[in-house]
Parts: sequence; structure tokens; C-alpha cells
Amino acid sequence: MTTTPTAADSIMGDVPDGRFGRFGGQFVPETLVGACQEVEHEFRDAWADEAFRGRLDGLLRDYAGRPSPLTLCDRLSDELGLRLLLKREDLNHTGSHKINNVLGQALLAQRMGKERLVAETGAGQHGVATATAAALLGLDCVVYMGAVDMERQKLNVFRMRLLGAEVRSAETGSRTLKDAVNEAMRDWVATVESTHYCLGSAMGPHPYPFMVRELHRVIGTEAREQCLALDGRDPDVVTACVGGGSNAIGIFSGFVDTDAELVGVEPAGGAAVGRGVPGIVHGSTSFLLQDDHGQVQEAESISAGLDYPGVGPEHAHLAELGRARYESVTDGEVLDAFQLLSRTEGIIPALEPAHALAWVSRAREELAGKTVLLNLSGRGDKDVAQVAEILGEL
Amino acid sequence: MGTLEKHLRERRDSGRKLLMPYVTGGITDDWLDVIRAYEDAGADGVEVNIPFSDPVMDGPTIQAASDQALRRGTTPRTVLSELRGLDVSIPLIVMTYANIPFRMGYRRFVEECIQSGVHGAIIPDVPYEEMDAWEEAVGDADLDTVMLASPISSDERLAKLTARSRGFVYGVNVLGVTGERSEVGTWTADLAGRVKQITDLPVVMGFGISSPETAAAAAAPSDGVIVASAIMRLLLDGGSALEAGAFVADLRRAIDGL
Ligand SMILES: Cc1ncc(COP(=O)(O)O)c(C=O)c1O
Repeated sequence: MTTTPTAADSIMGDVPDGRFGRFGGQFVPETLVGACQEVEHEFRDAWADEAFRGRLDGLLRDYAGRPSPLTLCDRLSDELGLRLLLKREDLNHTGSHKINNVLGQALLAQRMGKERLVAETGAGQHGVATATAAALLGLDCVVYMGAVDMERQKLNVFRMRLLGAEVRSAETGSRTLKDAVNEAMRDWVATVESTHYCLGSAMGPHPYPFMVRELHRVIGTEAREQCLALDGRDPDVVTACVGGGSNAIGIFSGFVDTDAELVGVEPAGGAAVGRGVPGIVHGSTSFLLQDDHGQVQEAESISAGLDYPGVGPEHAHLAELGRARYESVTDGEVLDAFQLLSRTEGIIPALEPAHALAWVSRAREELAGKTVLLNLSGRGDKDVAQVAEILGEL
Repeated sequence: MGTLEKHLRERRDSGRKLLMPYVTGGITDDWLDVIRAYEDAGADGVEVNIPFSDPVMDGPTIQAASDQALRRGTTPRTVLSELRGLDVSIPLIVMTYANIPFRMGYRRFVEECIQSGVHGAIIPDVPYEEMDAWEEAVGDADLDTVMLASPISSDERLAKLTARSRGFVYGVNVLGVTGERSEVGTWTADLAGRVKQITDLPVVMGFGISSPETAAAAAAPSDGVIVASAIMRLLLDGGSALEAGAFVADLRRAIDGL
């Protein structure tokens, strides 16, 4: 291990070799190694190129609506006995944090001369964001989505098609996010010369965990400034839901060098950090839900966006270093939190960030009097029909 | 030199084209009979797949074969222990994805392979950059690690992966996943030629070989072929070990006629 657990600045910095401690790597077939290396090379170039950064910042501001606000929740803070701040990624264009990553990767694809984007999606938010960026830049777009997810996120399937993307259903395995990733990788192996794989979370082979974190770093950078402007100090706790881990890594990156406690919240049925063991799937080594023989297990969560048996390698590393801790919540707690935020603050959250709120609500005693910054990674419009079915008449 | 490489070099140097059919371990009750039938049909080695839940380099047929085997309760240990008593004289090469040996522990996996009479390993999601830990676990065990070469591998990458490859070099005929294809494209001759310029290891081409015609077309510019999906489809459709063997015998005749 080359990392020094105590030196905060060595954490979440550059990742020259694709490793996060003993996690990460580039476990891809030979056909994709060159493509991954090209993505890394081009991303590093672009990231150092002022014109590229200017173009991306312009899109984030004028198209996606950044900076996203920071909202102090008065009524809910009172109710929970703590001070709750929300980073409002739900207010971004397309309704979630996913647009930050996608605009960056779509511009990168264009820079690499690729005319087609392929993506996987769980809840459909990354698919919608990718379809949106493809429409904006005139790129072809194919999104793979598990058949189960297509059923529970019908609205997003329609949105993607409306945006001009082709949605293909993944019919194998658990027919959820993991299988959509498999199909997207199979597509990419065959089309790599013309296609960029626009991976939607801080996972996969190097450079994706690194690149996606850098593209979401804007969340943490803005939130830190906003917290300082509001309070003159950093929050005590920073929390976010963790599927693959992109929204969490984005907000954590702004606070890793502060005293703030970092808490990732996983679904009980997909707690890769909580219950997984190291494994290799989808291009990197990380914690993974798997059986004794190495077969990947199917996650089970109410939230399509968190229904994934793995987790990005940097979260595995942060957990092992003890710099972040990972909690899990049940579907029932999530449904309660979903309603709680709606009723007390007039904000209907996506089911994914409702996980983080469910943990805050459960841990309210431990958090009493503390300032808690929660990354509200997306809005709940996409989930209303599903929740209505579960809850019935209110 | 490993047993696998020595065997394949000898056969290749005697002017024979190499034929290596594939079988998903545990696909049927009598999957060991399938291997026996391959030997009788003139196979030079057999690629034995240890099924994995998420085979990203495989198309629908091999996914279905893996699913069927896993549903039957197949595990890495059942495959390896069933191979232990197998009475064939051609070398066996296991093919699986990285997480299978990683979960068991690379060293343990290598030991189990050796005990089961396996002489080669193909792990398509471990490119040479990620290979150190695996190579260290293999040490001087008689287990040849076969590297895959892609039509779009740069010359520099081909040189490096060929230098790390033992047994043979596995040339991939297509950009894409496994599965039957009606023709062999121009990449096959190009890639086989490029690899042959670098090494005198046998160069065996796989992916998309589905008929005597495609087998002959891919074997002509190379040292032989690997055939998987076409036979797995036959078995998935209820075909017998003998029928699988008969298909392999057809391929044998096609490449012997070259
Ligand atoms: C709103 C929202 N938050 C979070 C996630 C989970 O992804 P990640 O863990 O990469 O942030 C998703 C995924 O679909 C999402 O839609």
C-alpha cells in the first residue's frame, strides 16, 4: 500500500496508476485497454485545457443551472434536533447530479471524435442525462437498462426516447443495473472505434472512478464555499447515498481535508461496503456482494439507482482507511424519509438521496445539535408513481 | 516450457492445424463425455469454462450456457474436482473471469488447477497490466497463462502481451463478444500475421467460428482455431456429447484439408 492514511491530501488526489490502495485497476479485455488508456489520456489533456474547462463550466452554468443552491431546512432541522443543509443537485437540469458527469464525458467524446455514446442506467437518471447531452451535442445515444428497471422507471424510459436515445433492455441476470453495465460493456467491445462509454458512476475500470469523481468535484467545491459563506465553518457531517458512489464522491471531495465526518449510506439490500468482500467485476477491484464461489449476487433495493452489488473503488479505499464510514438503511426507512422531506420542506426527493436522509433521521441522537450537509442528489418525480403504488392512498 | 506449450508446438511443427473446442463446465450431466468426444474427434486441447455470473466478453449463447451450468449448481470447485478423474490425453485449459480465481485466492486456484490436470489458463479480463499478482501465484507451476490479442491491439501492446503469453497466443477474430458469425473478416489474417511476426508461439484464432468454412478460413493464416458458441448452442438445444463430437470432427476435416 502506498497511501498514508493520515495525510489527507494524499486521499482523493490524482490517481496516476488507477489504484486506490488495494482497490481499483483496469480489469478489462484487451480490446478495451487501448480505449481506456485513450480516455485517460484525453481526459487529462482536456482537464488541463482552459478552453475545454471553460466550455464545460459554461454548460454547467447556462445549461444545467449551476451552481446548485444550498438550502437550510428549518422545519425538518427542528423536528430532528440538528441542523440540516441540503445541497440541491435535484435542481439541476434533468433532475439529478448525473448531468455534471455526463456533460464532461460528452464533451470529451466529441473531443475524441466519437460520434456515439453508450450508457447504462438504473433509475434512468444517468440515461436521461446522457440522452440529454447527446441531443445537445448531436451525438447518437444508446442506453442499456435492466428490464425490471424499465418497468419501475417507465417515465424515464419515455423521456430518453423523447430525447432521441435508443433504450435497449438488459434481459439477463437480475435484469437491473449490474446487467445493464454488462450489456453496455459488451456493446463497447464491439463499437469501441466509434463509441465512447459514458459510464454513470465513480466505478468501472481506470480512469472512470477518477474521471467521474473529478467531474462531480464541483458539487463538493460549491458546497464547501456555500457552507463557509453561510456559517463561516465546515459542517460536522457530510452524508450522501452510495450506489456506485458518484454523488457521494463528488461531495466528499470538497470536505475530505476538513474535520467533517463523511458518511455514505447504502441500501440494506445492496450494501457492498457494509456486507461485501473484495472482488473484481466491471473493471475494478472493490467490495462486492458475491457468494463463496465468486458469483456476483443480485442486490435488492426499492431504489433502482442503488440496486447494484458493487461500489466504486475509492469508497472501498475510504472505508478501509476509516476516512469515511458507511451505513445502511432499509426500504421502509427510505419510504418514511421520502415522505418526511416532502411534508416538512416541500421537497420531494429521489428515493436514492432519501437513503441518506433515512440515516440522518435514524441517527438523530448521535447527530443532535450538529450541522449535517446532505447531498440531495436528485428529485423524486421519477419515483412518485412507484411510491404511489407501494403506499396506496395517502 | 510448459506441458501445454510443448504439446501444441510439437503438433503445430508437425504441420497440423490446431483445433481447440470449448465446453462450459457443468453445462450438462455428461459434460465430461463432451470432452472425451472432442478428443475422439481429433481435438488438440480443450478449453474448459468455469462459469461466471457476469461474463462480459460473452454473447448470448455462452451467457445461456453459463446460466444453465450455474443453475445446475456448478461451482469452480465442482468443475475442477470433476476434471480430476478425467481420462483424456489432450491438455485442458481453463477459461474464466478474474473474480473466480480472485475469490478462491490466486495461489489456491493455481494449485487446484494443477491437481486437476489443467495445463493452461485464459482470463480475458486480466490484461498484462493487471497480471503481476496472478503471474506471481503461478510461479513455476506447470500452468501456461494464455493472453488474448485483439485486432485493435497496437504493435507495442502485441509485443508486450505476446512476451507474457505461454502455451499459445489467443487471437480474437472480431471486435466484440463471443458468438457465431457467418464469415471470418479481414481482421483474422491481419492479426494472425502481426502476431506471427513477433513470436513463434502457436497463434490460435477464436470468436465467431461456427462452421467448417469459418474454421478453415481462420485456420489458414494462423495455427488453428477455438470453437465455442456453435457447440454450446448445440448442447443447449439438447444435442448429445456424440453430436458435439461429430461437429468437431467436421471441423477437423475442414482444417486438415488446408
Ligand atoms: C438521484 C440519484 N442519486 C444517486 C444515484 C446513485 O448513483 P451514485 O451512487 O453514483 O451517486 C442515482 C442513480 O441512478 C440517482 O439517480
